[in-house]
Amino acid sequence: MKTTILVSHDRRAMAAGAAAAEAALRAEISKRGLDKDISVSATGSLGYEAGGACVLVMPLAVVYTPVTAADAADIIEAASKGRALERLAKPVSKSWKMPASGSHAEKLAAAQQRVILGNAGVIDPENIGEYVSAGGYGALAKALAMKPEEVIAEIKTSELRGRGGAGFPTATKWASAAQEKADIKYVVCNADEGEPGTFKDREIMEGDPHKLIEGMIIAGYAIGASKGYIYIRGEYALSISRLEKAAEAARAKGFLGEKVLGGNFAFDIEIARGAGAYICGEESALIESIEGKRGEPRRKPPYPAQKGLWQKPTVVNNVETLAAVPHIILNGGLWHKALGAEGARGTKIFSIAGDLNWKGVVEIPFGTPVSAIINEIGGGVKGGRKLKAVILGGVSGSLLTDSEIATPVDFNSLAKIEAGPGSGAVIVLDETRSVVEAVLNIARFFKHESCGRCTPCRAGTAQIVRILEKIRDGKAAEDDITKLESLARVMAQTSFCPLGQTAANILSQSLKKFAGEWEACLCAGCACGGNKK
Amino acid sequence: MGSLPLRRLRLRRKQEMTVNLKINGKDCRAADGATLLEACKTAGVKVPTLCYLENVNDEGSCGVCVVEVKGQRTLARACITKAANGMEVSTNTPAVRAARKTNVELLLANHPADCLVCQKSDYCSLRFLAADLGIKESRYERTAKKHEQDATSPSLVRDPDKCILCRRCVAVCAEKQSVCAIGLAGRGEESVVTTFGDMGLGGVECANCGQCALVCPTGAIMEKSEVADVWKAIDDPKKTVIVQTAPAVRVAIGEDFGLEPGTAWTGKMAAALRALGFDKVFDTDFTADLTILEEGNELLSRVKNGGTLPMITSCSPGWIKFAEHFFPGVLDHLSTCKSPQQMFGALAKTYYAEKLGVDPRNIVVVSLMPCTAKKYEARRPEMNSAFQYWKKKLNLKDGDSFQDVDYVLTTREAARMVKEAGIDFAAIPGEDFDKPLGISTGAGVIFGATGGVMEAALRTVYEVVTGKTLTKLEFESVRGMEGIKSAEVDLNGLKVKVAVAHGLGNARKLLEQIRDGKSPYHFIEIMTCDGGCLGGGGQPFTTNAETRKKRAQAIYAEDKDMPMRKSHENPAVKELYAEFLEKPLGHKSHELLHTHYTPRGVHPDDVKAEKPACKKEHVCAH
Repeated sequence: MKTTILVSHDRRAMAAGAAAAEAALRAEISKRGLDKDISVSATGSLGYEAGGACVLVMPLAVVYTPVTAADAADIIEAASKGRALERLAKPVSKSWKMPASGSHAEKLAAAQQRVILGNAGVIDPENIGEYVSAGGYGALAKALAMKPEEVIAEIKTSELRGRGGAGFPTATKWASAAQEKADIKYVVCNADEGEPGTFKDREIMEGDPHKLIEGMIIAGYAIGASKGYIYIRGEYALSISRLEKAAEAARAKGFLGEKVLGGNFAFDIEIARGAGAYICGEESALIESIEGKRGEPRRKPPYPAQKGLWQKPTVVNNVETLAAVPHIILNGGLWHKALGAEGARGTKIFSIAGDLNWKGVVEIPFGTPVSAIINEIGGGVKGGRKLKAVILGGVSGSLLTDSEIATPVDFNSLAKIEAGPGSGAVIVLDETRSVVEAVLNIARFFKHESCGRCTPCRAGTAQIVRILEKIRDGKAAEDDITKLESLARVMAQTSFCPLGQTAANILSQSLKKFAGEWEACLCAGCACGGNKK
Repeated sequence: MGSLPLRRLRLRRKQEMTVNLKINGKDCRAADGATLLEACKTAGVKVPTLCYLENVNDEGSCGVCVVEVKGQRTLARACITKAANGMEVSTNTPAVRAARKTNVELLLANHPADCLVCQKSDYCSLRFLAADLGIKESRYERTAKKHEQDATSPSLVRDPDKCILCRRCVAVCAEKQSVCAIGLAGRGEESVVTTFGDMGLGGVECANCGQCALVCPTGAIMEKSEVADVWKAIDDPKKTVIVQTAPAVRVAIGEDFGLEPGTAWTGKMAAALRALGFDKVFDTDFTADLTILEEGNELLSRVKNGGTLPMITSCSPGWIKFAEHFFPGVLDHLSTCKSPQQMFGALAKTYYAEKLGVDPRNIVVVSLMPCTAKKYEARRPEMNSAFQYWKKKLNLKDGDSFQDVDYVLTTREAARMVKEAGIDFAAIPGEDFDKPLGISTGAGVIFGATGGVMEAALRTVYEVVTGKTLTKLEFESVRGMEGIKSAEVDLNGLKVKVAVAHGLGNARKLLEQIRDGKSPYHFIEIMTCDGGCLGGGGQPFTTNAETRKKRAQAIYAEDKDMPMRKSHENPAVKELYAEFLEKPLGHKSHELLHTHYTPRGVHPDDVKAEKPACKKEHVCAH
C-alpha cells in the first residue's frame, strides 16, 4: 500500500523549517528510489505547539514532531518498512491507531474530538479535490435543497452559539438578517483573530479553508446574501493565501459565483485584510474597516443584521462558528445538540498556552473542566510547579484561581464564577509569575489598542498603566488600589464598546482574588522588586 | 405666516408622545424615537452633557450623560439611547454620579489647567461641568503627550492640548459643511484631531469658516487673534486707523457683554469702537449697498449677454475657498464682485485716501467681522487693488505692496478689546457712524442674514428692470432658517428663478446641480455658515439655533427702521459713482471692486501649490 507523508504547512511549522524538512524527505525518497511507494503532500496544522515541523504518515496514522531535515533518513527508513519511528512519534486522535504507547500524548488524543478540525492535518488544504473527497461541499448541496428558513431552523435546533467570544445564538442573528428586506445583504466572516493567546481560527483557515467557505455560502443562502467578506488579520499571510486559493478553486468548480451549484443562488467571497488594530475584531469596527474607514465601533442599535456593511443587512460570524455550519447541516441540528453541555452545544477549539508542558490547539466538547484542559491536555504545569492562575477566554476574559479550575468550560457553569469561555484561549500562569506584572502586561495591551473614541477607555486604559507601573515600582500611593477599582468599574459601565467594557476585567478580578499579592506589592520588599517607603 | 405649520408640528408632537417610561420613579411620556436625553428634558430632568450638541454631534464619546436603565448591564448614554416603553431610568444614583465624575476627571487629567488665562474660560463647557459635578481636583495625573499648536491657518489656531476629543468639530466640518478638513489620527491616548498628513489647516482644503471654533466646548480651536496688531496701529500717531463693521456684528456683539440677543447694538458698537481709538468708524453696509449695484448689474449683463448662469454671490470667503477646492470647474458661475469687506478696503485706500489727502500707506483698514474666513480673504495675494492703483502714481515697487484690508477682528476679538479698554458696553450711549463710508440702507444690513443678499439684490434689480416701485420690500420666501430656499420673481415677464443656501453642506447640493447641468436657477446666494453671517465662525460663543434666530429678528427689525431700504437709493453710493467710479461695471470698478478665483482642488499637492490665477472674462466694458 502506498504511503503518504503529510507535512504540516501551518505558519508555525513553516517558520520552524517545514519546507527544509519536506525537501529533505523528498530527497531521501528519491535517493532510495521510493518515488512510487511514498509520496509527500502539504497539509494544515495538527495543533502541536512543539518547536519544529510536524508530519503525519498515512495510513500508519502516526505524527512526528518536532521534525528537522536531519530526521528525514530515519523517517523514510521506518516508513519504507511500515513501522513507526518511536523516537519522534506523537498520537493525534483517539480514532487513529497509535503504535507508540504511554505518555501524555495518548491522553491528548483521547480528550480530543476533532470535528471542525477533522480535516486539518489530514487533507491538503490547497487541493479542493481532497476536501470534496472528504465529503466537502456536501452540506452546501444539502442546504440548497432546503428552504433558507429550514437551514436557519436546523441551526436553531443545533443551539450553535457564536465562537468569537460573546456566545450569541447564531440562528437568532441569521433570522434577524433574513427577515430584513434589502437589495443586497452580506455575510462577513470575522477572521481578525487578535485576542492575545488566541490562535484557533488560524488552524481552520490554514488547515481546512474550504470548510469556512462552505459555511459562509450556506449562511449566505440562509439569510439571502449574495456577497461574503472574510476580514482576516493582516499578519495571517498563510491564511490569506490559502483562502484566496480556496475561493478561486471554489469559483472554478461552481461552488461560488453567479450560479452556485448551477442553481439560481449567487454568492461570492472577497478577502479583506486587517491592518493590525485589535478593535477591528469588534464587529461594527470591522465593518467600518471594510468600508475603508477608521476602525471604530458604531453605536448599536441598529445592529449589523439591520444596518451593517454599507448600511445593508449583514451577518458577522466568527471563523469557527461558520466552520461548524457544514457539519450541522450534514449531520442535523440534533446531532450537534447532543454534543457538549447544556447551553453550550458542540465542540470548541481551544488555544492553550502559558506555563504548561504541552501547548497548542485542541478541539474538545464544551463541558470539559478547565483542570482537564490544564492537566490532561496541557500535561500539567511546567517544571512541576504550582498553578497560580488561569487566564480564560483571552485577556478580555476572566482570571481563574486554582480553586476554580474544576469548573466545566461552558457558558452556564462559568457564569457562576463570573467567567466565560470567551475566545477559547487558555493561558496558564505558574506560581513564579507575578499577578501584578501579568495585569500590567494586559493593561499595556489595552492602552495600545484602545481606539480612542470614548473617554473611559481612552483615558482609563492609560491611567491604569500609569498606576500599575507605580505599584510595580513600589511607588504606589495609599489610594491607588481604590483608584484602580473605580477606574475598572467606570470603564466597565460606561465604555462605548466591549473593548473598554472588558479591558479591566482581569484587573478587577485579580484585585479580588489576589488581594494579598497586591497588598504585598504596596508594602516594602514585595516580590516584584518594589520598595514602598 | 409661520404659525400654521408650527401649530401642526406641535399637534403632531403631541400625538407622537407614545412612549411611556419611568424617570427617577415618575411616570413620563416621551415622543416616539426620542432619546433618553430628550425624554429627560421633556420630563424636566437635567442630564449633564459634554460631547453632545443638538443637530451637530451625537457621537456618544465623552461618557458624561450616562444614566442607569433598570436591567441593563452597563450605564446607558442618554444622548444616543432611544427611550422605550417600560424603561425605568435613574439619573441620580451613586453609580451614575461616580461615572460622570470619573470621566470628567479623566478628561481634566490631560487638560491644561490654565483657565485663568484661557480665552475660552467664560464659555468653557468643561469648566462648567467640573464645577457642576463638584470636582475640586482631578485624582489622576497627566498621561497624554503634549501636542503642538497648529497655527498654519491665517484664520484659526488649533491647540490639541486643550482638546477633549469630543469630535464636535469633526462632525460640524464633515456633516454640516461637507468639508472634512479635520479628522482623527492616532489610536487610544495618541488620538488627535488633525488634518490630512498633519499638514495643518493652512495646508488643506479648510474653508476657514470657523464653525469648529464655535462648537468646540473648550479652547482647543480659536480664531487667530490680531488684537495686538490693531492696538499697535491705533497707538501709532502716524496712522489713520479706520474700522469697518459687518452687518452681523451689531446684532451679536452685545451677547459677549451678557446682553440678551434680539437687539441691534449698532450705536453702542460705533461708540465703543470710537472709544477704542479708531480714527473713523465706518460701515461695511456701505459697500454692501455698492455690491448690490455691481452684482445686480453683473446679473443683468449676464442675462442679457448670454453669460454664465446661474450666477452665484461671492460675499462669503469660506464659500469661495470651498468652491475653489471642491468645484474648481464651476468658478465661472461666481460673481466677479469682491466681498463688501474687500470693496471697502480698496475704496478706503483710493477714493477715501484721495478725499482725505492722506498717503494710502498711512491708512490702516481694520475690519470687524463675524467671520474667521475674512482673515484669510484679506490676505489673498490679489487683494491689493489699492496698491495696484497707486503703483504708477507713487512710483512703487512690487516689494512695497500693501493689502487693501490690514487686519480683521472677529466679533469676539473686538469684544475683548472693549473689555480691555475698560469700556462699559452696556452703559455707553449710542453714536452714529462717520460719513461718508458709514452711510447705508436697510438692504446693506440684511446682508448679515441668510437670504439677505438675495433680498437686497431683488429690491434693486426689480426696480431697475421694471421701473416700478416695490410696494412690499420683504421677500419672505428667501428669509428663514430653511437650508435651501428658492423663489421665482417676475421682472416684467422675465421669470427669474433664485435660490439661497446657507451652510456649505447645502451649498454643495446646489453646486452639484450646476456641475451636472441640472440647475434651474438664474441667481444663487450662498453663505458659508448656518444662518448666514449672523451665525459666522467669529461670532460670540453664545451662537446656537436660538441666538441665530434672535439675531435674524434683530437684523430684519433694523432694516425695517432704516430710512432708506434699497441699495440704489444710498446717496453716498450715488456720490461715489458720480465722483469716482463713474458707473457700475466701469473701468475703475473692474480694477477695484472685481476679482478672480483660483482653482485649487483637494489633492494635497494642488492645495499647497499656488496656481496661476484663472483668466476670467470680466463683465466690465473696457
